[in-house]
Amino acid sequence: MATKTYAGKTVEVDDEGFLKNMDDWNEDIAKEIAGEIGLGELTEMHWKVINFMRNDFKEKGQIPTIRRMKNAGGVPTKDLYDLFPGGPAKKAALVAGLGKPQGCV
Amino acid sequence: MAEKKIEKVSIVISKGSLEGVYPGLIMANGARMEGIEANLFFTFFGLEAIMKKRMKKLKVATVGNPAMHIPSLLGIIPGMSAFATSQMKKEMEKLDIPPVDEFIEMIHDAGANIYACKATVDMFHLSMDDFCEQTDAIINVGKFYEVAAGGEIIFT
Repeated sequence: MATKTYAGKTVEVDDEGFLKNMDDWNEDIAKEIAGEIGLGELTEMHWKVINFMRNDFKEKGQIPTIRRMKNAGGVPTKDLYDLFPGGPAKKAALVAGLGKPQGCV
Repeated sequence: MAEKKIEKVSIVISKGSLEGVYPGLIMANGARMEGIEANLFFTFFGLEAIMKKRMKKLKVATVGNPAMHIPSLLGIIPGMSAFATSQMKKEMEKLDIPPVDEFIEMIHDAGANIYACKATVDMFHLSMDDFCEQTDAIINVGKFYEVAAGGEIIFT
């Protein structure tokens, strides 16, 4: 099993770096992953996305789609692409400590 | 064996049925989700997907499609296409696949370019006014190849 150490904590990850257990996650880990994938400093808008994703996943058992983040999370699609350039759904899920999104939309 | 990553796709949508339009939309949206540059080019009946008056009313074809498992003779019964369409839309909604108009808006917001085919526009006597606001331009085939340069072209 692959592991990674973020913010002094060793966590299990899959071969693409997604956390295996969402409960291992904390805000410092999110900041380090964000730095690692080149997002830089996380802004309030980033946190809004991350918190919505984590709460929605806990509630629904599914990683929210980009459409759901727009309609239920109030995050416009354009903003999401600006916040997580080059692959918003995957990158946001990675930072939020969730698994890799499996849907097609 | 690191294959070269796809960096750009230009997708042609030439059919105006619901099942003719969605695959191209899903591929374009999926491309943007992976950070791949995407163009959408609507031609012939595919143009209905970006026409203000039509885009919300696309229907599943129930005739001449063996995979529907409906004999063509039954497929022509009034309401059959509407029924199949509403069933398919219900299933898509479950997967969070948006209706065509919302999908076009999302794909455009995601940074894909949306083009209408000039030959078809001329043939059907259409103008920019007939198209949804996300339509970037009406372009001819030469211009299409220009914007598609350096990427893959997918015809649907």
